[in-house]
Amino acid sequence: MSALKVDQVSKLFRATTRGGALTPALRKVSFELNQGEVISLIGESGSGKTTIGRVILRLVRPTSGTVTFDGTDIATYSQHGLREYYRHVQGVFQDPFSSYNPIYRADRVYELIRDVYFPHVSDKDWNDKIEAALHAVTLNPGDVLGKYPHQLSGGQQQRLLIARALLLDVKVLVADEIISMLDASTRVDVLNLLIKLKRSGLAILFVTHDLSLGNYVSDRTIILRHGAIVEMGATAKVFGSPQHDYTRMLLSAVPELHKKWQHSPLGPVAVAGNGSAVATDIIESVPNGRVAPVLAHASVLDEQSHAEQVVKRDLRARLGGGRAVASGKSSVAVALEPPELHEFEPDHWVAEPE
Amino acid sequence: MSVSVENLSVAYRSRSGDVTAVDGVSFTLADGEIMGLAGESGSGKSTLGNALIYLDPRMKATGGKVRLDGKDLPISDSKAMRSLRMTEVSLVPQYAMSALTPTRKIGRLITDLLKSHRIRDRAEVLTEMKRRIELIGLKEDVLGKYSFELSGGMRQRVTIIMSTLLNPSLLIADEVTSALDVSTQRAVGEMLTEFRDRGYVKSVIAITHDLAILAQIADTITIMYAGRLAEKAGTDTIVNEPLHPYTQALIASLPEVGVRHDETTLTGIPGRPPSLVNPPAGCRFRDRCPFAFAKCTETPPFEEVKPGHYVACWKVSQEVAK
Repeated sequence: MSALKVDQVSKLFRATTRGGALTPALRKVSFELNQGEVISLIGESGSGKTTIGRVILRLVRPTSGTVTFDGTDIATYSQHGLREYYRHVQGVFQDPFSSYNPIYRADRVYELIRDVYFPHVSDKDWNDKIEAALHAVTLNPGDVLGKYPHQLSGGQQQRLLIARALLLDVKVLVADEIISMLDASTRVDVLNLLIKLKRSGLAILFVTHDLSLGNYVSDRTIILRHGAIVEMGATAKVFGSPQHDYTRMLLSAVPELHKKWQHSPLGPVAVAGNGSAVATDIIESVPNGRVAPVLAHASVLDEQSHAEQVVKRDLRARLGGGRAVASGKSSVAVALEPPELHEFEPDHWVAEPE
Repeated sequence: MSVSVENLSVAYRSRSGDVTAVDGVSFTLADGEIMGLAGESGSGKSTLGNALIYLDPRMKATGGKVRLDGKDLPISDSKAMRSLRMTEVSLVPQYAMSALTPTRKIGRLITDLLKSHRIRDRAEVLTEMKRRIELIGLKEDVLGKYSFELSGGMRQRVTIIMSTLLNPSLLIADEVTSALDVSTQRAVGEMLTEFRDRGYVKSVIAITHDLAILAQIADTITIMYAGRLAEKAGTDTIVNEPLHPYTQALIASLPEVGVRHDETTLTGIPGRPPSLVNPPAGCRFRDRCPFAFAKCTETPPFEEVKPGHYVACWKVSQEVAK
């Protein structure tokens, strides 16, 4: 059953520094998140992956498109409806150290939701509930309750926040880079916890820039680039036979323990600009006649020029307002058009090259 | 031997007494070696790196000796260190992304740096710098930009260029790849090895918590745990045949591309490292170690069990002795 449906969501941010230029953070992103499923949303910085999470949590209103939960467009929720929505949809964010107020004990985050959602629950029932939630995230209540944030490790803090979501009747969890600030030794514990929660029916949107972590936990994968989906489908298919050049580039750059980065497949590029004389000079001066490293950076150069194109598009977007874009009347709508997705094999969608 | 560190201890002053963040660390670094230094947060890896250049006034070296190219490095004398920074020892600080001042253009920043180090032949250094900027795939116009106009990866690369401009003997690169995307990580990692190959830096200590990056760029890997060295060996040995139980657990907890949860379940390391205020006697990994036995209440020596492979573990020492 689909728990959450993201339909054609676009988001334009208006920059204050560039004279009100519009930056397309999301370009018509659509996907469905089912109960008991982990989707990993993978993208580099600026790809819009965090914005999707924020749109789902209604922290950001999309410029166009809808997010539907249980058949209701979440934009229509009033105050009471929104409170009920948050009972089912919760987020945990990247930095556990700044999610707590250092002045108060860490378990105050539980008291805050008790005031709003469980005003009539007795102390005893409430404590039982907390204990059950802490057990679910494999924390020992005695170790963490009554402690201040600085007395807890990053992994403990992050698990306390997941337990907070579990206290509510949570159905969808938006996990935005929740393990990137944790040490390697505790990361896996949080990942395994997510898998355990998934098996009990929770839908999880796992936002990350780390491909190996995304691959480890998720059932389905979405690769984002500059706000548009470039590849999406079953994780085994996307990682097993990546079809889009961008996905391949990302995968080839992932550092692996047992395999060295390969230089050859990226192919040579000329160093841009009028410094071509310098470029030859560099290539010639490489010791042992190896391939010059500039060549290996082809992927990065490529990404930069792509980013520049997107910026140029922003300038065009400047001429039209967000509303005009949403209605599809303005020429800016063109700028928002994402590359078209086609189905490469069942449950594996690939975008046209952009 | 380009760098040799003997029995170095570094302490921070705190209200609850001195915290010995680096405790009796000894290692050597060959010419042209990139040594990866890995460990959990709070293991003292950054402190060790910073101590070799002496930057933090709260920190004091409480013992030990550092030699660089056969000369003693005056690590507890900030004034004497000043003339050696940039030229002999250089640092790419953690959060290098925010190390560039926002009020100066990059070019101006670099000229200021050269002036303050009393470099006479600035024109020559600047020409060389432009060559290096081209080499790493940036354009010369970055010099006319402010730091906030550059992306994170560009900033990181500019900082490395600045730190290596005067061809230092030893470069300490502290978490240079941590905040970057995979493709930029790769560019920065390859930049480090390339700079070493070309002799812009003689040897590098690359500090990070990411073992996978070290497997790509480092020649040797040193694992630190709670202020002490746990293991040092060649990269392939650490990755494929680690001996210290901590290293083994650390490697086992890393998901690789292609590993899925329904096929392989990875396990973390239970527990936390001990507090460095009054740390327990003996092996500091004891409480989390699945192999701990009676002998572990004594401090294990950091000894060479195989050529070039150093381990601080009683279990390993005993097995080797047999």
